[in-house]
Amino acid sequence: MATRNAAEAAQGLRLVAPPLTYAVVMLAIPLLTILAYSFFKDGYLTVIREFTLENYRAVWADPIFHKIMTRSLLVAALVTLVTVLLAFPVAYFLSFVVPPSHKALWIFLITIPFWTSYLIRVFLWKVILGYNGVVNSGLKSIGLIDQPLSFLLYNTSSIVMTLAHAYAPFAILPIYVALEKIDRSLLEAGRDLGESRAMTFWRVTLPLAMPGVLAAVLIVFIPTIGDYVTPTLIGGGKIPMIANMIQSQMLDQDNRPMGSALAVTAMLIVAVLSVLFLLLNRRFLRVRQ
Amino acid sequence: MTFSADRKPMIECRQVHKHYGDYHALRGIDLTIRAGEFFSLLGPSGCGKTTLLRTIAGFEEISSGVVLVDGKDMSNVPANVRPTNMVFQSYAIFPHLTVAQNVGFGLRRDPRSSAEKARAVEEALEMVGLKGYGKRAAHALSGGQRQRVALARALILKPKVLLLDEPLSALDRKMREQMQVELIKLQRQVGITFVLVTHDQEEALVMSDRIAVMFEGEIAQLAHPEALYARPASRRVADFIGLMNFLPVSITGESDAAVTADVPGFGRVDIPMSNVSRANPGDSGPSAGFRPEAMTLLGVNAPPAERETGGVIDEVVYYGDMTYYDVRLDGSDRPVRISMRNVFGRDIADVGTRTRVSWAPGSLVLFR
Amino acid sequence: MKGGGLRLYAMLYLLFLYAPILLLPVFAFNNATVIAFPLKGFTTEWFSQMVGNAALRKALTNSLVIAVSASILATCLGVFAARASTRFSFPGKGPAMGLIMLPLVLPEIIVAMSLLVVLLAVGVQLSVFTVIIGHTLICMPYAVAILSTAFSSLDKSLEEAAHDLGETKFSAFRLVILPLVMPGIISALLMCFTISLDEFIIAFFLAGNEPTLPTYIFSQLRFPKSIPVIMALGTILVLMSILLLATAEYFRRRGVARTGTQDTGGFL
Repeated sequence: MATRNAAEAAQGLRLVAPPLTYAVVMLAIPLLTILAYSFFKDGYLTVIREFTLENYRAVWADPIFHKIMTRSLLVAALVTLVTVLLAFPVAYFLSFVVPPSHKALWIFLITIPFWTSYLIRVFLWKVILGYNGVVNSGLKSIGLIDQPLSFLLYNTSSIVMTLAHAYAPFAILPIYVALEKIDRSLLEAGRDLGESRAMTFWRVTLPLAMPGVLAAVLIVFIPTIGDYVTPTLIGGGKIPMIANMIQSQMLDQDNRPMGSALAVTAMLIVAVLSVLFLLLNRRFLRVRQ
Repeated sequence: MTFSADRKPMIECRQVHKHYGDYHALRGIDLTIRAGEFFSLLGPSGCGKTTLLRTIAGFEEISSGVVLVDGKDMSNVPANVRPTNMVFQSYAIFPHLTVAQNVGFGLRRDPRSSAEKARAVEEALEMVGLKGYGKRAAHALSGGQRQRVALARALILKPKVLLLDEPLSALDRKMREQMQVELIKLQRQVGITFVLVTHDQEEALVMSDRIAVMFEGEIAQLAHPEALYARPASRRVADFIGLMNFLPVSITGESDAAVTADVPGFGRVDIPMSNVSRANPGDSGPSAGFRPEAMTLLGVNAPPAERETGGVIDEVVYYGDMTYYDVRLDGSDRPVRISMRNVFGRDIADVGTRTRVSWAPGSLVLFR
Repeated sequence: MKGGGLRLYAMLYLLFLYAPILLLPVFAFNNATVIAFPLKGFTTEWFSQMVGNAALRKALTNSLVIAVSASILATCLGVFAARASTRFSFPGKGPAMGLIMLPLVLPEIIVAMSLLVVLLAVGVQLSVFTVIIGHTLICMPYAVAILSTAFSSLDKSLEEAAHDLGETKFSAFRLVILPLVMPGIISALLMCFTISLDEFIIAFFLAGNEPTLPTYIFSQLRFPKSIPVIMALGTILVLMSILLLATAEYFRRRGVARTGTQDTGGFL
């Protein structure tokens, strides 16, 4: 049936009203407030309700913003690349090798670390990679090194490592779902039509799994850009990312309009990049239809 | 299997319209279904048959018109109060309940004691051939068993009308044929009005007292199965019910009683007015139709028949009990399909051979 | 065994996933204030310190109050949203559901900051209550996702059948829909509880002076001598999370078995 009647629509609206009202009041209005603030002037400890583009001009002119935004994008891109590349074989293994009766167990095992205290997991990496940490003390006690390796912690690669670990299940699940959807007879058809196993993977499996890979990329990329804990703990405050900068403007320097403009700019950049990414990959997405 | 028209009306639809936004699903349905009748709504998917059934059940509100059940206007009567019960296409067996709990689901408000209710459940299960299945988990049943539970669950409430929404479509062929017979027996046993929705014309012909054929939200023909089969009201109905051969004809004369037409292969034929139906709007001209079994292939030595013509066999399709022959009749360039029951001692004719063909009077239907 | 290389890789990957967590109990029971190899010997000192810590108890109480409230609120709201989205079509459905699910893809810092700005502007005191508001918001999409799966595996005609058999719309919901989605509701509750218990950013910015477990842990990470206690606490938290998730998974599977549908496995 093409469309439901008006009574059904009214019932649906009544049902969705409570959660929607909640989301509007607690999410949409705050987000719009941030947007409004970003066009206001900052007075000392207050906000002057006067329209200005000065905040955005300041953000774009700020070399620190450029540096931190570039770093955030770079870290997020690296994390995404590492996570997705590492995750794909696992998703493939889950979908094609694990017998159906064991799949739920494997997925459960993979998701468990994700649900256990993010803060503690991040901190544990600091413990593992730290100057007197697990890796260094371990290597020292078995006599491989004399002095602790100082390059392990407080740098971009340790941030990437930590985040890649934190977001692993995010990458595995969408790819796994896409692989599960592939009709197995398509692969047999690929082989039947004379392709090798590797070429069948390249010409059939991979294109069909692409929607899942795209979802994985976005689902990892977007939250990592906004991560706050990892740069604070693993970066030791020396390698701030955009979330730290927003927080510092908003609270430490109490410049709400500037902080808002930063947040809006960062969200815009992420949104534009995501849309660009999706557009570039349109031809893969079309496979799904 | 004729049905007496003197029983009282059980369901009456008067000018029933149903709109979904811009979509006009039911376009003025006028229909009377009589008490104790096995009635079928037959049509292709999207013709509105299920919508009509659901408006009778009370799941869809009608846009305009009236639906009466047992003489009472159902306009403001919700589904849970209507004297109708439904067997759903998916059977809608509650997966968290046992078979007995499913069958007894509608008895919750029944004032009888729980012992009496349990007995009623047991009887209902026995009626559908599931005696002793009460304690089983519902989600472990097979398709055929689910359907029986759905039947028992609806019939235990002794509804005035049982509505069946494509109840056999999920079953395999053997099971379907068996259930068709069982449903007919069950209906005779309980005497309740059955309204069946189906897209399977064979199923409708087998089971129904009367059939309403629907296209695009309208009833195209309402008739007994034999009448529907032998004298379809339009070429569209003829196309939908069974197989029919169509030949283009030219009409040469018309009287009050019959239309005279030149039919290729048959010569000049008088077709009685009762056999004159509507052509499809897009047809290029009038055509004559006949069923494959209306013609008979005659043996070489058979005595001459009253109505006889000849032709060449184009194709032979063997079905075990039946053989279908595609025959190019003399004077026609289009092969027609003729079905013959296979009997012992009669050989299957070969492709390419000439054959004599006789045909039955009254078997031709003119579509103009 | 099929896919030997892949299997080995998957095992190593699992090891990578679990490595930090496996270190937790190792150092929680290690008799040394410094987190380093070689291990110094077994002790339960850190656990007894943890139990005796009043600030920690305060944080735990706060966290439990927040997690219980937020999970109940989010699941209740989630039931409405999931039911509306799986059963009805209405104008503006896409944008409405999009907004409700938005916190899934929005960095938490943005949610925390914007909520903070508004709460301060309106003059609300930061407290446990404001954290509940924030946690309900971010838990709701997870509840909706879990509950939508539960609701959508229901055949619409089940409800119609109950209605047809004499039940009102409400009693049909109570007798048929609710028992069938109950495993989903429980699993959503547990999931939201786990998320809220672990959530740091929103608690960090919206709690004012009230500590929660994660913010307490964060505050202690600066003091090296507190770290063994944090290790002990982490061990307990991880065990609790695993227990909660296993329970959630058990209920999800029972829901799957109950409706007799195919098990597709997993959360999200």
